[in-house]
Amino acid sequence: MAQHDLRPDEPTLDAAGGIRARCGVGYPGFALDVDLQLPARGVTALFGHSGSGKTTCLRCIAGLERGARGRIEVNGELWQDSAAGIFVPTHKRALGYVFQEASLFPHLSVRRNLEYGMRRAGAGKVSWAQAVELLGIGHLLERMPDRLSGGERQRVGVVRALLTSPRLLLMDEPLAALDLRLKREILPYLERLHGELDIPVIYVSHSPNEVARLADHVVLLDQGRVVAQGPLTDTLARLDLPAVFSDDAGAVVEAVVAAHDGHYHLTRLDFTGGSVLVARRPEPLGHHLRFRVNARDVSLAKERLEGSTILNLLPVTVMEVGEADTPAHVLVRVDAQGTPLLARITRRSCEQLGIAAGRPMWAQIKSVALLG
Amino acid sequence: MSLSSSDLAAIWLTLELASLTTVLLLLIGTPIAWWLARTRSRLKGVVGAVVALPMVLPPTVIGFYLLVAMGPHGPVGRLTEALGLGVLPFTFAGLVVGSVFYSLPFVVQPLHNAFEAIGERPLEAAATLRAGPWDSFFSVVLPLARPGFVTASILGFAHTVGEFGVVLMLGGNIPGKTRTVSVQIFDHVEAMEYAQAHWLAGGMLLFSFVVLLALYSSRRMRPGLG
Repeated sequence: MAQHDLRPDEPTLDAAGGIRARCGVGYPGFALDVDLQLPARGVTALFGHSGSGKTTCLRCIAGLERGARGRIEVNGELWQDSAAGIFVPTHKRALGYVFQEASLFPHLSVRRNLEYGMRRAGAGKVSWAQAVELLGIGHLLERMPDRLSGGERQRVGVVRALLTSPRLLLMDEPLAALDLRLKREILPYLERLHGELDIPVIYVSHSPNEVARLADHVVLLDQGRVVAQGPLTDTLARLDLPAVFSDDAGAVVEAVVAAHDGHYHLTRLDFTGGSVLVARRPEPLGHHLRFRVNARDVSLAKERLEGSTILNLLPVTVMEVGEADTPAHVLVRVDAQGTPLLARITRRSCEQLGIAAGRPMWAQIKSVALLG
Repeated sequence: MSLSSSDLAAIWLTLELASLTTVLLLLIGTPIAWWLARTRSRLKGVVGAVVALPMVLPPTVIGFYLLVAMGPHGPVGRLTEALGLGVLPFTFAGLVVGSVFYSLPFVVQPLHNAFEAIGERPLEAAATLRAGPWDSFFSVVLPLARPGFVTASILGFAHTVGEFGVVLMLGGNIPGKTRTVSVQIFDHVEAMEYAQAHWLAGGMLLFSFVVLLALYSSRRMRPGLG
């Protein structure tokens, strides 16, 4: 199985820090065997289908899987080394864990749930006021868990984990059990978490949108093995991955709000190598945001097409042509002067236009999806 | 006064026996139930079966073996004599030991069920919040298993109050020492004192009904536990 290491110049992984987890565990009909090398900061998404081993992998890192073997080192702290007979039990690992269903203690109020871990971990760098405010749960403290909505419960679960001042925060699909409305309610909180606290997060998800919105770094898992790992934008724009994204292929671009056009109600977003115009955004100038360009929404032309209603045209260079989800289509990875994009076009067009690596083309972007 | 002084002594002795037995059973039964709920050992089946044996064995059989084991020639009897405790049969202490065996399943099984109903997750959550195994047992397991403890205490107490065969085999019939209510009733009937027997038997009936009523009402309010 192909194992793709980080680029050597990846700046977030240096010798002193970072998370290195080699773990293996076997069950009847399923085996996990992974070697993860993750940056010491930011959000890493463990991404894959259900049954790909994401949760098992997270549980191995937490020490919750009896019988897992391997070596786990987090920012210089050794948590497990089976070869040397070292296994630090879960309660002695400085981690925070957010379970899929929050798992609050039903016999304790929200306040006592929060105090449970905080008292045992001792004072750390995350303060009560900060964590409670960050997730907006100040008004819930005296409630019992069964009087909370699903979204509130998850937010309390996040705060409870944060208050142990973990050196690593593990989140197991914290949004999976929530409906779309609650997901929208809680996502901004998770983004603030990312922005305001300097705690590395490993986030398990099977939702491409969540990953694109929250992660900086992504690990793709399939059948208990790592298929790819690397920075988000590079990894999502690769063609050689199994059809994890299948009909859903697309690239994620980091951009800055560069200008607002009051007359046409448009906003210009600048990114490495180009810019796009989108419907007017509320964010101020200089605000960083991400957008996702679905491969279906990108078409390619030999020349800059005049007289089209499509606003966003970018000069690109073809990098690679690969298989798409149907035999009628191909996926083309193009480079917009530093930013990778994917285009899903018909095989017929590809051959008639003679699209091949190295060709300069124009990409027409029909729409972009902003990720907050 | 319809209850004689020997009746009152029997009631008092029975309550003493049942209380002491229940306390001991909670202390002994909790680790056994916890082990049964958590272990993956192959011994689980064997231990579970041994604990359940008193539910199906005739009390006379239990009483007989305990009598032999605790007698002056039995292994337990030799040990207690060597320790200067004398032999246990026909003493209150002997009755307590017998009752603990006899009522064990009635305490272990509700606890076992309660522990299993809690599941792994609260313990895992506690571990990720820095609680060690003992800490999480006292701060999470005990509070969550409380209905199970209530059920176990009620059943253990009530079942001990109601025992007859083991008491007769092991305790004989010594007033104030081993003569419990059930034995006292037997004596009254033997002596054709039906009026006396009625008072005690009626009291036992009422007691049992009240206990079960309390149990079933509390169970309805807490489905799934206990």
